[in-house]
Amino acid sequence: MIRWILYIVLLIGFIGAIIYGYQEHQEKNAVLIQAENNYQRAFHDLTYRIDLLNEKIGTVMAMNTPENLSPQLTEIWKISSEAQADVGQLPLTLLPFNKTEEFLSNIGEFSYRVAIRGLDENPLNDDEKQLLSELHDSSNEIKRELRTVQHEVLDQGLRWMDVEVALATNEPGDNTIVDGLQTIEKNTEQFNSNDNEGVFTLDNKTNKEEIKFDGRTYDESEIKDLVREQFELENDIELNVTETGEGSDIPMYNVSFDTGDLHGYAEVTQQGGNMISYMLTRDMGEAEIGLNEAMNQAQDLLSGLGYEEIQMVESSQYEKVGVFRFVREEDGVLYYPDSLQVKVALDEGDIVGLTARDYIINTTAREDVDFTENISEEEAEEYVNPNIEIMETRKAVIENDLGDEVLCYELIGTLNDQTYRVYINTSDGFEEKVERLQQSEEIYGMD
Amino acid sequence: MNRLSFLKVTIVSITLCFGILTANQSSEAFTDQVIQQGTVGEDVIELQSRLQYIGFYNGKIDGVFGWGTYWAVRNFQEEFGLEIDGLVGQETKDKLIKASEYDQDWVQEQIRQGNEFSHYGGQKRPWSEAQQQSQNQGQGGGEQPQGEQGQTAEGEGQPQEPTATNVPKGFSQNDIQLMTQAVYSESRGEPYSGQVAVAAVILNRLEDSTFPDSISGIVFEPLAFTAVADGQFYMDPDEQSKEAVLDAINGWDPSGGATYYFNPDTATSDWIWSRPQIKKIGKHIFCK
Repeated sequence: MIRWILYIVLLIGFIGAIIYGYQEHQEKNAVLIQAENNYQRAFHDLTYRIDLLNEKIGTVMAMNTPENLSPQLTEIWKISSEAQADVGQLPLTLLPFNKTEEFLSNIGEFSYRVAIRGLDENPLNDDEKQLLSELHDSSNEIKRELRTVQHEVLDQGLRWMDVEVALATNEPGDNTIVDGLQTIEKNTEQFNSNDNEGVFTLDNKTNKEEIKFDGRTYDESEIKDLVREQFELENDIELNVTETGEGSDIPMYNVSFDTGDLHGYAEVTQQGGNMISYMLTRDMGEAEIGLNEAMNQAQDLLSGLGYEEIQMVESSQYEKVGVFRFVREEDGVLYYPDSLQVKVALDEGDIVGLTARDYIINTTAREDVDFTENISEEEAEEYVNPNIEIMETRKAVIENDLGDEVLCYELIGTLNDQTYRVYINTSDGFEEKVERLQQSEEIYGMD
Repeated sequence: MNRLSFLKVTIVSITLCFGILTANQSSEAFTDQVIQQGTVGEDVIELQSRLQYIGFYNGKIDGVFGWGTYWAVRNFQEEFGLEIDGLVGQETKDKLIKASEYDQDWVQEQIRQGNEFSHYGGQKRPWSEAQQQSQNQGQGGGEQPQGEQGQTAEGEGQPQEPTATNVPKGFSQNDIQLMTQAVYSESRGEPYSGQVAVAAVILNRLEDSTFPDSISGIVFEPLAFTAVADGQFYMDPDEQSKEAVLDAINGWDPSGGATYYFNPDTATSDWIWSRPQIKKIGKHIFCK
């Protein structure tokens, strides 16, 4: 009898387990399929958009009238940015897929720049036509490959989730999606290695030449001395020095130290021994000193380091620290690209962070610049939206959308309680940039 | 003679008392700091309230010295013949205290209730008139109603909290929170500089045209961050990660412009090793 009861209980338990297991399995499948569907949609969207892109680039090449060209290029720009969004949704970070993304960003950048300039006076030149046709060839390739992979995916019912698994286990086995995408990569790589410089540099930041600093090369022990002196460290505190690798745009030493209650990290250039940046961390007490006093501290530090001609342009308090941004000032002109940031602890008023990277790199790399000034301050004000009440005007050098440095009038004014900053180019009155200045945000969910 | 000198002493001492009382009030109100743009805190609440009282400021009283407050201070300084620098030093404070009233409790109450109270000076408070009258009687009507402040100041409670906060340009608190969670889950246990570097990588991707152009797009890009993929992302981050994120947004980049990083012990992809490496901080190698 007892045995029978036991059997029945076990049986019920067994059936329960089966039902539970089945439900779990169903749920897991539902989640998997949902993830799979997202990937599938992104992928099929991507192939469709590359197709469209290919067609549009072809159309543009056949066109002659600027009136039609501009809308078409704008369209290309839009499609390429959508295609980029699709790529962003695919699980591709483990795959070497960034060349395809680069292609998309190149075509996007190209179409944007050409579309916004007046094509009437400034039609496509031969170099640009050449580049366009190369981009077309490249899109042809990518389109064909993607369509092939898409066919395989549909034909054999391949799943993106399998790619994840394949990549995670790092099995070199037969995986059509991975193989297909890798082929695309190779082809795009070939295109990208052609040098297209001379037409324009598509990415200003990475193409900067290596920066040469004045002064001799420092070795590790000299760097240690330098850091010890800067932070007034005792000799028994151990400094950990490492060199940067080949990927660094400037050869630097990274120095870190720990005194128990203070942890520090500093970057110093190998050439010239310039302090690029440093950060000190320690437990901080409540804010005791005001932002203004902190700013004076920061200014003292900077002038001690030899940064004399600077102007504070931004100050903000973040709980227990004050962060200040200074830019270089020369003959009454602010150089925004040459900026320094300083972080001051508001409990004791000491400097806990400095970054002079932009300042050092830009002042070193800048060759003699010759800005033209054709318009006066009053004329510049004419170019600003008349509804803005101008409060302050000064001259400043900024980096514009195309990555070039331009001399501008910086006009700060208000419109409907909002403060705006407008940059008017001093040579032609072009409105380079309009920014809404906002510093604070409401704290949500406060009761 | 006696009577006269007694009267004199009394008058002098009364005046003195009154003088001390007023002096006390002004030092009690603002702290000693020179208030400048970017400051957050009680002083700014008082500053904004006072400026609003006399009609120079009609924005929200949120305790953050932003651009609106800045222009209000400058206009005030211009009107009152002070040096126009947008800094609230002792002289500006004195002038402001003379020209306006500040009732801490009332302001605090309004903030607590979430009331929009523009034109604070124009608002009727239930008891203000009666009090003003009794004061006018007591002081012969010629005095400024400054005593009122002293009375209300007695009942002051906890310090006021600002209802807004400074955010770096282009970032919301929620963006910062997303980044903080990513940084915490990806690099807890790393040195501080390593955490700032991870935050800097997210920002460098934001600049890079081959990555999505929003914080959320980058953080949630499939398989971009292992901690996001396996759900560690949803842990509660600590204060230090937030500080690291703010440092990175404010311009510190210990990664040296990296857009990738990986842990050499657990990296599964060969490709990542082919990227030009910049440096190693803690357990992570940062690369282009």
